[in-house]
Amino acid sequence: MKNILTVENVCKKYGSFTALNNVSIEVPEGSVFGLLGPNGAGKTSLIRIINQITLPDTGTIYLDGEKLQPHHIQNIGYLPEERGLYKSMKVGEQALYLAQLKGMSKAEAKKKLLYWFEKFEITDWWGKKIQELSKGMAQKVQFIVTVLHAPKLLIFDEPFSGFDPINANLIKDEILQLRDEGASIIFSTHRMESVEELCDNIALIDKSNKILDGKLNDIRQHYKTNQYEVGLLCADKEAVFNQINSKFIVENSKSPSFNNDLRLLISLQKGETSSDMIQFLNNKAQITHFTEVIPSVNDIFLKAVANNG
Amino acid sequence: MDKLKLIIKREFLAKVKNKSFIILTILSPLLMVGLFSLIIFLNEKNSEEIRTVAFVDESHELASIFEDSKSTKYIDLTALGLEEARAKTKEFYYGLLYIPKNDSLVNLSKGISFFSEDTPSLNLLSEIENKLEKKIRDLKIEQLHFDIDKIKATETNVDIATENFSGEKSSKIGSLLRMAAGGGFGYLIFMFIIIYGTSVMRSVIEEKTSRIIEVIISSVKPFQLMLGKILGNALAGVLQFIIWAISAGLILTAITYIFGVEAASSGSAMSKMNPEMLQQVQETSANDLQLVLQEIKNLPILIMFFSFIIYFLGGYLIYSSIYAAIGAAVDSETDTQQFMMPVLMPLIIAIYVGFSVIENPHGSIALGFSLFPLTSPIVMLMRIPFGVPWWQIVLSMFLLIITFIAIVWFAAKIYRVGILMYGKKPSYKELYKWLKY
Repeated sequence: MKNILTVENVCKKYGSFTALNNVSIEVPEGSVFGLLGPNGAGKTSLIRIINQITLPDTGTIYLDGEKLQPHHIQNIGYLPEERGLYKSMKVGEQALYLAQLKGMSKAEAKKKLLYWFEKFEITDWWGKKIQELSKGMAQKVQFIVTVLHAPKLLIFDEPFSGFDPINANLIKDEILQLRDEGASIIFSTHRMESVEELCDNIALIDKSNKILDGKLNDIRQHYKTNQYEVGLLCADKEAVFNQINSKFIVENSKSPSFNNDLRLLISLQKGETSSDMIQFLNNKAQITHFTEVIPSVNDIFLKAVANNG
Repeated sequence: MDKLKLIIKREFLAKVKNKSFIILTILSPLLMVGLFSLIIFLNEKNSEEIRTVAFVDESHELASIFEDSKSTKYIDLTALGLEEARAKTKEFYYGLLYIPKNDSLVNLSKGISFFSEDTPSLNLLSEIENKLEKKIRDLKIEQLHFDIDKIKATETNVDIATENFSGEKSSKIGSLLRMAAGGGFGYLIFMFIIIYGTSVMRSVIEEKTSRIIEVIISSVKPFQLMLGKILGNALAGVLQFIIWAISAGLILTAITYIFGVEAASSGSAMSKMNPEMLQQVQETSANDLQLVLQEIKNLPILIMFFSFIIYFLGGYLIYSSIYAAIGAAVDSETDTQQFMMPVLMPLIIAIYVGFSVIENPHGSIALGFSLFPLTSPIVMLMRIPFGVPWWQIVLSMFLLIITFIAIVWFAAKIYRVGILMYGKKPSYKELYKWLKY
């Protein structure tokens, strides 16, 4: 698949502090790419380099196959984590100004703004000043300004902060719709459940280094530990538990066991297969439930960062 | 370029639409007019009030000098005696002048006193003192049998005419004019730099605290934003000064119109003078006017105009980019203190040096400060009306432009790093590190 963005061996130092150490990522076209990492890992540094706010010390960046150049600014839409608008400027004027800075003509910008304002049902905000709006309302305006010029690449840094669940959902749907319409999205967040919902690919940055990247599904497969959650229907739970415990490594599941329903987490050792286990369990009790435990992005994140020391 | 235009336009409109700007622009000329009118009005009222001063002249020598003037009337109460005159004055008059009886002229000046309810006006007292001194002097001269008219004929008025070596005549009016022109231009630049430099700084801090900065610089270069901000604010400032200049002109016309009527009425008083005197008066005023016009023509107006533009641009750009860098380095206006002093210092020194330079425009201090680029926009402009050698102007401008480029470069570096730094109160060491990012 074609990559909309390729970052090759980017290094960035601030004085003696290394913000990015030889980081390379590839963002496939038409996908949502999760850029993850703890605070201070270098995510924002990387995003600023992609936006040409700062320049890398070494390394190259390609946007849609071309080496990154100043005019590419209009192909990128960026919603920074630290964001805001001119407080005493009117919403409409401000949105027009920011759109024109991105290279749109005034007429075009106005037309598109009206479309988005109607879509978000905020047309009557046009003449209001930002300071008269609530934080969530201002965020909506900010989102519109980011996507208005229909850029090929959208970069969202913590897009959901400041939104209530209803509006966060609205924004999430908009992001997915933009992806379906052909935009590629880089998505940086701490909210791992939204990563699972949205991202096709992820890269994990920790302490200035990329420590993990690839398709989200592949990574989760890679990180699974051969653990299965099973539900068993049995009268004497303790006896059954002891029998299983003598053969496999067992622990109680996080989901509670009710009445005759026994929930267990069973880890398979090398050489043991899941069918062996099912056979074994089938002889002991009635199986009501059987799933392979796939690690959450959150678990992967914690584990990868811990391993990176 | 289009983006720069957009930024300039936004900064200009943001500044001009600001309520405090509108109020300041409209209100300050009105305030000035109000203050001016009030002073004139109070003066008129004050001079309309006629004070009646009683006097008791026991010496019987001095009564003749007390002629009524526009604001003072004199009443002779010598006949009543001191005690009664005091009582009467307390009831009816402003004050009582008492001249005691004296046997000799030498002692005549002793023991003269003034009684009044309130502290007497200093003007009135010195007026009376002058009259008395003059009269007593005349009396003494008379006693010595000198001819007063002959002594008066010895009084001379010296007016030194000055001329430089290339033959241009100058005059005191001329140097006054030069002082006013130089001081005015220098002070204008000083005010403009402080007012609009601070305004640039505030605007940078506003973008930082509202967190819009990152959105903007993902669309334009930080340098473009900084430049647009500086130019937009300058345009707003120029607009404000133009409005002030126009309204000052209008107000001046209005004032001359209103008070011109009075001038005409005092002109009618002139017509009562005999024709010879009238002619003399007209001649002297025509001469003065001619002299002023001549002096204005003598000023190096072209050089003054062009150097004003260059020093104005250079000075404003240097200082406003420093202000922009300071704004970028801090998180809030309260943090700017530690950086403001070093910026204001050269400006304040320039103004002080400038005003002493007008006294001695070609001294070594004047030369030094008019070459040093952080003070030259003010000091050199104050010197130029007095005539400055070409090489000094060229050298000073050269240094100004070099410094301008260097400072804008440094400021831009600090600016582009600073606008993305939050939560740190930077030290000078930190700023130095930013230069190397």
